[in-house]
Amino acid sequence: MAAEKMALAKAINESLRRALETDPKVLVMGEDVGKLGGVFRVTDGLQKDFGESRVIDTPLAESGIVGTAIGLALRGYRPVVEIQFDGFVFPAYDQIVTQLAKMHARSLGKVKLPVVVRIPYGGGIGAVEHHSESPESLFAHVAGLKIVSPSNASDAYWMMQQAIQSDDPVIFFEPKRRYWDKGEVVTDAIPGPLHKAQVAREGRDLTLAAYGPMVKTCLEVAAAAAEEGRDLEVLDLRSVSPLDFDTIQTSVEKTRRLVVVHEAPVFFGSGAEIAARITERCFYHLEAPVLRVGGYHAPYPPARLEEEYLPGLDRVLDAVDRALAY
Amino acid sequence: MTVESTAARKPRRSAGTKSTAGKTTSARKTASAEPELVQLLTPEGKRVKNAEFDKYVAGITPEELRGLYRDMVLTRRFDAEATALQRQGELGLWASLLGQEAAQIGSGRATREDDYVFPTYREHGVAWCRGVDPTNLLGMFRGVNNGGWDPNSNNFQLYTIVIGSQTLHATGYAMGVAKDGADSAVIAYFGDGASSQGDVAESFTFSAVYNAPVVFFCQNNQWAISEPTEKQTRVPLYQRAQGYGFPGVRVDGNDVLACLAVTKWALERARNGEGPTLVEAFTYRMGAHTTSDDPTRYRGDEERQSWEAKDPILRLRAYLESANHADEGFFAELETESEALGKRVREAVRAMPDPDRFAIFENVYADGHALVDEERAQFAAYQASFADVEGA
Ligand SMILES: Cc1ncc(C[n+]2csc(CCOP(=O)(O)OP(=O)(O)O)c2C)c(N)n1
Repeated sequence: MAAEKMALAKAINESLRRALETDPKVLVMGEDVGKLGGVFRVTDGLQKDFGESRVIDTPLAESGIVGTAIGLALRGYRPVVEIQFDGFVFPAYDQIVTQLAKMHARSLGKVKLPVVVRIPYGGGIGAVEHHSESPESLFAHVAGLKIVSPSNASDAYWMMQQAIQSDDPVIFFEPKRRYWDKGEVVTDAIPGPLHKAQVAREGRDLTLAAYGPMVKTCLEVAAAAAEEGRDLEVLDLRSVSPLDFDTIQTSVEKTRRLVVVHEAPVFFGSGAEIAARITERCFYHLEAPVLRVGGYHAPYPPARLEEEYLPGLDRVLDAVDRALAY
Repeated sequence: MTVESTAARKPRRSAGTKSTAGKTTSARKTASAEPELVQLLTPEGKRVKNAEFDKYVAGITPEELRGLYRDMVLTRRFDAEATALQRQGELGLWASLLGQEAAQIGSGRATREDDYVFPTYREHGVAWCRGVDPTNLLGMFRGVNNGGWDPNSNNFQLYTIVIGSQTLHATGYAMGVAKDGADSAVIAYFGDGASSQGDVAESFTFSAVYNAPVVFFCQNNQWAISEPTEKQTRVPLYQRAQGYGFPGVRVDGNDVLACLAVTKWALERARNGEGPTLVEAFTYRMGAHTTSDDPTRYRGDEERQSWEAKDPILRLRAYLESANHADEGFFAELETESEALGKRVREAVRAMPDPDRFAIFENVYADGHALVDEERAQFAAYQASFADVEGA
């Protein structure tokens, strides 16, 4: 088995490299992805090895990037485009929502758009505004898009492979503050399905459900809670759309309590959807209402306040306490 | 060639090029072919004549020239201090204007008090001209706020991080100015990279169609992070305007006098009801894109060195000295003033308090919102629960 320890960003880089090697139709596109290797160096070295016609430095125009990726996909290519930061996807939002998401249905299934839109997202890196947001719910509300977010290097590697192979458009949210976290990547294992949640830690007393950057936080919460004699289960949802409700249901039927954690604002967020469906499915199993921990109904704050805004150990533990108090 | 205001009717190359207009084929050349620049001061600091634009700086006094020099020196000093503060961990990020002082001071000093400026995130020199206290610019880079000044107190809008967005705001504001029958003008700043954004194209369309009194001031500093201008356009940027039906001109962006003259001309057109103008200030970003960038990955030293020879500050100094417009005393005094500014900025940044935690919930809405009130109350109760523990 080829196993290697690598940072999450490097795992995506290796995954893109593998895709470029195996499928001549795969393209990597975006601002600064070539010579610079992207502002996070996720595409480092790819242009050097695959050339400017496969790894394309685009003009500074997000609508153009996604719109032309749609055209390339119509012509049989599989573009993987990079949006430099979460807050800059909105110039492309129109193309993603009105075109990318809907063309398959509009063509009665004749047209497939295997486009991957990579978005480094989330906070915790002390950036200026528009560099720390979590807009996944804004995309999850749109039918036709698949939305995933890995939490570790192995998933980053394999989920990227699967996203590129998918015939549907995939919005690939990369947890930028975990880019430098290392993990084991086994490059010849056969991965599980892209949209299946995983139990990241088993426990009996309560389920914490999270994806992307918050999985690590929840694992830390579980470790801290264990010191107080509490046995928390942590689910890594991995996919926001579709959402694997079965795995959540199984867990909640065991633990009878659920806290959902994400960085995005709680109001109308993915946690609300999970809470509603799980309440419906597990009404007689639940010992407490499903609680949510996330961002406030406020613009993402300046860097010096982001620790107050982002769900951290204390806020999640507080929700755990409240759920267990019922 | 005279500068015409009815550019829409008569296809023209540019307002800036001289008698060759109409004859050359430069419209067909690519961006790498360098068209003529409007220049009033050579890199050596020699004053050259320009039939079109001399009149816009004809009455300039030695004192005003020294003022431009002072503005550039102090802006550069402020910028250097901010870069140093970032290195010392006092700022999270800094976008340096090093090399772009002439473009910013020349155009900024061309504006009138009642004009309105829409900057991107690097316009520290323009802010200086508008009387914005430089320390106000640092809050968002330190991470204590997301803007930090009242745009209406100096008619200088908040910095815009999302590339190109502000060009539409400027156009709309200018449409409002025109509706009001006012004779003020609006100026929008953006980069060569930004010229690729749909918003910028749309702002060109709107401003042309509604004859909005707006000047588009593009600082072509040759790079959009790692991408050279050729990755954004295959024609010289100023020529874009022609397709929208308004004049475009390329000015030497390292020549403060030329930038002043050309911007005055463009603002005057706006005031006279002649609509938008695109000014491309041909300049160079001497430093990194921001303090988190590493330009050695994508460009060589020779390029920077060739632009160092065109330094905007040295150029004006050479002119001031050769024309006997400034003596050693002036330069020495400015040096002292410059040091004092650096010290003031340093102290102000270090003394800048972290925002109150409840600032998260401030000003989310103008009219208030029940959910924000509820979340603020929950936040307060949560914070108070720690106070209890700590107090116990
Ligand atoms: C919509 C959008 N996309 C991407 C970015 C990231 N970004 C910030 S500055 C920049 C390059 C801008 O280049 P240019 O417009 O030439 O201005 P300059 O910084 O050179 O002054 C990029 C890609 C952004 N801020 N906004």
